[in-house]
Amino acid sequence: MTTLTPALTAQARLRARHSEGCACSEPHAVLADRTDATVVRHAQVVAKAHAPGTPESALTARLAAAAHPGLADTLLAPLSARPTRLHDRLVTFWPYGVPVDRDDPYGPDTVPWEAAATLLARLHRAPLARLPKALPPMRGPEKAARAVARLRAAAPHPAASPVERAWAVLPAWARDEAPCPGRPFLCHGDLHLGQLVRTPPDPRLGHLVHPHTEPRPGYPGSAPADHWRLIDIDDLGTGDPAWDLARPAAWYACGLLLPEEWTRFLNAYRAAGGPAVPADGADPWLVLDVPARALTVQTAALAIAKAVAAERALDEVEETFVDACRRMAAVPPDLAPTCTK
Amino acid sequence: MQCPKCHAPMHTYNRNGVQIEQCGGCRGVFLDYGELEALTRLESQWSGHQAPPAPPAAPAYPAAPAPAWGAPHTGHHQDQHGHHGHHGHKRHKSFGHMLFSS
Repeated sequence: MTTLTPALTAQARLRARHSEGCACSEPHAVLADRTDATVVRHAQVVAKAHAPGTPESALTARLAAAAHPGLADTLLAPLSARPTRLHDRLVTFWPYGVPVDRDDPYGPDTVPWEAAATLLARLHRAPLARLPKALPPMRGPEKAARAVARLRAAAPHPAASPVERAWAVLPAWARDEAPCPGRPFLCHGDLHLGQLVRTPPDPRLGHLVHPHTEPRPGYPGSAPADHWRLIDIDDLGTGDPAWDLARPAAWYACGLLLPEEWTRFLNAYRAAGGPAVPADGADPWLVLDVPARALTVQTAALAIAKAVAAERALDEVEETFVDACRRMAAVPPDLAPTCTK
Repeated sequence: MQCPKCHAPMHTYNRNGVQIEQCGGCRGVFLDYGELEALTRLESQWSGHQAPPAPPAAPAYPAAPAPAWGAPHTGHHQDQHGHHGHHGHKRHKSFGHMLFSS
């Protein structure tokens, strides 16, 4: 636990307007404590200290997008429109949402794939011009490049070379060495199941969840995405929306995600009018190939770096991504789309 | 532009600087005059490549398409254990963790 955590928890408690030593002050709920983010909860308030060095203007623009009424059914809205400062970190405040239960064996039948896909489709359909502040680029490619840099900084490992070869055949934009070609869309940038929370259906909490909007009349109550929202705006920005589908796509391509689950996700995305993939019938891999390769490389690179640091062997699942990198290097993405959007 | 074979829309791609058209339906490729020669020239400059990669196969319907580099069983019916295999499917612990990680 960092020294930041107690101060951050105090901020969350203040924000929840609870007194020091209130009944819910123990134990402090530390939701995440990593080098790039510390997240704590007090009652219904979550405080997040963003990565050291996070540019304030970019974070403020991302916060403004999350607070925008047009995205109230898509992104969790923050409790305040501007970040505050705590020591050398920028802090944002959020209503607590219930995450997907990761301790459940999370069977393929119960993962909210439809909700995830529907939220992404809504996000990608959002008109960029209506957002209050111009957004920076989505950080997906930057994260992939950082994972490869971390691999290079780690001690030598025999699995590093197939990962490097798979990385080398990617186009420059996917390696964060050139701007993303094609029309920009609003993208999340780091989708995984930890990025979904269920907001309380209790109408008394409605105001807390969406401080900027009134509940919309006639809003259908049965759609699967209704109470789910996307969280974590650190990588939010403009870019290729296929990147947001690429992590599930990579899991599927690596044989980890069942075809049924992938199909549920993709069909729900298409049914919600998601613009990242061509309409029904056409091969989605025309646009998914490059981002899914990049996510596979990113996953393999991080797995190796972590295994080296822990002085352990790669597990069976991690090996799956390295194997996929070997196959990727042999079949370069030479049909990289340039104007399908 | 429409595919002359299946009439699905064709998309323009850039392969090593050469513009080519590929059909979104049957994945057939259309080359303008001189483009095949340009590609062949580029191909021969790739030292260390024993053979050009095979073009990706047409998706097997009705299974979900998968990329050419996918694990051998993706895109096909992977359930080897009968119809009930998916229900009560337990994920590998490491993948379970991965579902929630950046």
